[in-house]
Amino acid sequence: MRLKLVPENTSINFLKFYRLAFILSSLLVAGSIGLFAIIGLNLGIDFKGGILIEARHNTGPANISGLRGDLESLGLGDISLQGFGTETDILIRIQRQDGDEKAQIAAIQLVGNTLGSDYDIRRTEFVGPTVGAELAEKGILAVVCALLAIMVYIWFRFEWQFSIAAILALTHDVLSTIGLFALTNFEFNLATVAAILTIAGYSINDTVVVFDRVRENLRRYKSYSLGDILNKSLNETLSRTVMTSVTTLLALTAIVIFGGAVLRDFAIAMIWGVLIGTYSSVFVAVGLLSRFDIKRGDDDDDNGVEKPEYERT
Amino acid sequence: MLQFQLWKKLLVVVVAVLGIIFALPNLIGGDDGAGADFLPGKQINLGLDLQGGSHLLLRVDVDAVKQERLENIGETLRRDFRAEKIRFSGLAVANETVSLQIRNPEDAAKTQQIFTDLGNEYTVSNDGLTYRLAFNEAGLAAMQTRTVEQSIEIIRRRLDPEGTKEPVIQRQGLDRILVQLPGVDDPEAVKRLLGRTAKLTFQLVDMRISATEAIQRGRTPPGSVLMQSASDDGRSYVIEKRVMVSGEMLDGATATFDQNNRPAVSFTLNAAGARRFGKVTGENIGRPFAIILDGKVVSAPTIQSQIFGSGQITGDFSVAETNELALVLRAGALPAPLIILEERSIGPGLGADSIAAGEIAAVIGIILVAIYMVASYGFFGGLAVGALTVNIILIVAALSALQATLTLPGIAGIVLTMGMAVDANVLVFERIREELSKGRSAIAAIDSGYQRAISTIIDSNLTTLFAALFLYIFGSGPIKGFAVTLGIGIATSMFTAVMVTRLFIVFWVERKRPTRLVL
Repeated sequence: MRLKLVPENTSINFLKFYRLAFILSSLLVAGSIGLFAIIGLNLGIDFKGGILIEARHNTGPANISGLRGDLESLGLGDISLQGFGTETDILIRIQRQDGDEKAQIAAIQLVGNTLGSDYDIRRTEFVGPTVGAELAEKGILAVVCALLAIMVYIWFRFEWQFSIAAILALTHDVLSTIGLFALTNFEFNLATVAAILTIAGYSINDTVVVFDRVRENLRRYKSYSLGDILNKSLNETLSRTVMTSVTTLLALTAIVIFGGAVLRDFAIAMIWGVLIGTYSSVFVAVGLLSRFDIKRGDDDDDNGVEKPEYERT
Repeated sequence: MLQFQLWKKLLVVVVAVLGIIFALPNLIGGDDGAGADFLPGKQINLGLDLQGGSHLLLRVDVDAVKQERLENIGETLRRDFRAEKIRFSGLAVANETVSLQIRNPEDAAKTQQIFTDLGNEYTVSNDGLTYRLAFNEAGLAAMQTRTVEQSIEIIRRRLDPEGTKEPVIQRQGLDRILVQLPGVDDPEAVKRLLGRTAKLTFQLVDMRISATEAIQRGRTPPGSVLMQSASDDGRSYVIEKRVMVSGEMLDGATATFDQNNRPAVSFTLNAAGARRFGKVTGENIGRPFAIILDGKVVSAPTIQSQIFGSGQITGDFSVAETNELALVLRAGALPAPLIILEERSIGPGLGADSIAAGEIAAVIGIILVAIYMVASYGFFGGLAVGALTVNIILIVAALSALQATLTLPGIAGIVLTMGMAVDANVLVFERIREELSKGRSAIAAIDSGYQRAISTIIDSNLTTLFAALFLYIFGSGPIKGFAVTLGIGIATSMFTAVMVTRLFIVFWVERKRPTRLVL
């Protein structure tokens, strides 16, 4: 007996949900942009500069509230203190100090002295403002370049309509991930940019699989309407879509649970990305494709049914 | 008929064997790779976030050097003009320019000659009798390069005096230096070592006026300056500007204790330094002689007798401080101050914890994926898991062979690749299922399933590869590591899905000759 999450030979009319999905996705994107504009992102020190210190109490649970008082009395400005992973570990974030780099180094030393010998400092990160701005610039550049390259590749391999649909679906994924970060106040750092690019890679992977089938079916079933072909392609690839999503989600869940605190946010973002990427491949990318007038591969063959490769000479 | 040429079979076997050879040192070698010396490869290069260490991005403050160089040129000009008996006035260094006026127009030719003799790194312009000198573009670039390269050399000597720690010290861009120092227990000590230029000079204390008087009057006698004490006692000294002996004349420096058993640094001078030191101390017995480090007076002992080759620096030091001071004095002074732009220091404990967590996540991830694959595709799922194992061996081998750096996000990349690696197999299996449901024979279904799935596999993997490529180009540190493992993972998973699983299946079909296939 095989495990089958998707029954064989489904014939779901996905396009029936197009209007609903369109409204939902529009709300999602608009909401994300709104959240980004109003709440903004909880930028990590990678982008806004500042200091991050991870420490572990030597003997027992960290005394977070006591430490908070001690650290706030140092007069280093905005300090945040939180547990990190286990109850012995803490993460301290300090805003960028006024003055030059020496002031930042002095602040790190001050915090180290305040923590005293009860705590081991496990990690110190300091990013100056110039570097932070450069990292932000590079991050944006990476996302934009990757999206453009993907768009050009799809255009080259398929028709331009596919490329537009794919890039809109991808932008939808990227924007809604940013919206998620604004909503949850998760820290947005370099690892997040990596997660977004991986989400883009995963989502486009999913989209391309469906598009490939659409292209094949367009050639094969010339008498079908575009809507029928899209629905048929989605149904034919549905089993694979679910299968791959589930395996990836299984691997990511292992990271969330066992991979440690540093990777957890990254993996959570990726899980969101897998879900939104799968949704957008089916409903956004293909939904948009249904609005386009797509050239049917007349140049290919003329009898309406393409022979399987192995029967060709 | 299902075909799989001999060369393809050989390729799979060769790649798999190479993979095992290159992956093996990671498994059987000790922490330092000992015990695997007979194998050609090395162990995976762990990133600083996994092995612990300090990553520092420094900026060399070239402007400070520029100013200093121009002031030196000003002094050179003053000397040369006097030697040539050219009368001049208004010698000044301001706005990155040295300017002066000569008195007599007939000195113009000689003046021009003096400027020309300074070398070709400067542009000289004159407006009547006023001459101006500044760095030209090439000169500035050369000065920048020289300063950064000297700084790199000094940093190396300070951080790795024994040459055993294999730090990465690289120039980045025009005036930046990247330092990656593995296995650091105390990152603050590293910053202290880099945080001072360690310019050591010996200068006489000006006895004509006391520091209190100088502060009251708000000025010092010509040729002298007011300097602060290096310790927190708030004292000031009036110091003669003339440098008698400087740190370049040091031959060695070691941490020691003085006669009162307080920590101190003893130094020895080279021959030229010893001669100068002997002359100065001989001529100035009874006067305080200031030891100045980075513009602050460490101590100003009174000269008791003529001293030659060696001496002691005492002050308000701890033992750790004298050790560090001796080290930086041995390594030499930095040509310019260093400014820390970015720091990421990971303690060794955190690195070890991260590796352990990453390994557990990877193993559990594989097990979950394997269970799911076998539950969904039965025997074929098992083959895919076999291919996945080959895939992981190949990723480890590729990382080891390329000596790419494995970072914590890189481990996430590997785990993620596992989830995605089975995708190619899933595509093929689903195709085979479809072909089977159309009533094709087992062999025809497998063959056609592969044929049809390949273009999809290539398209979908190439697009993901683009994302990895741009992560690599624009990413830094750990993110670059993630991009590398993701890229390698995509390449190996395509290979294993298209070649390895297929080889397994061909092998199985040839032996069993199944007529019916359940998938």
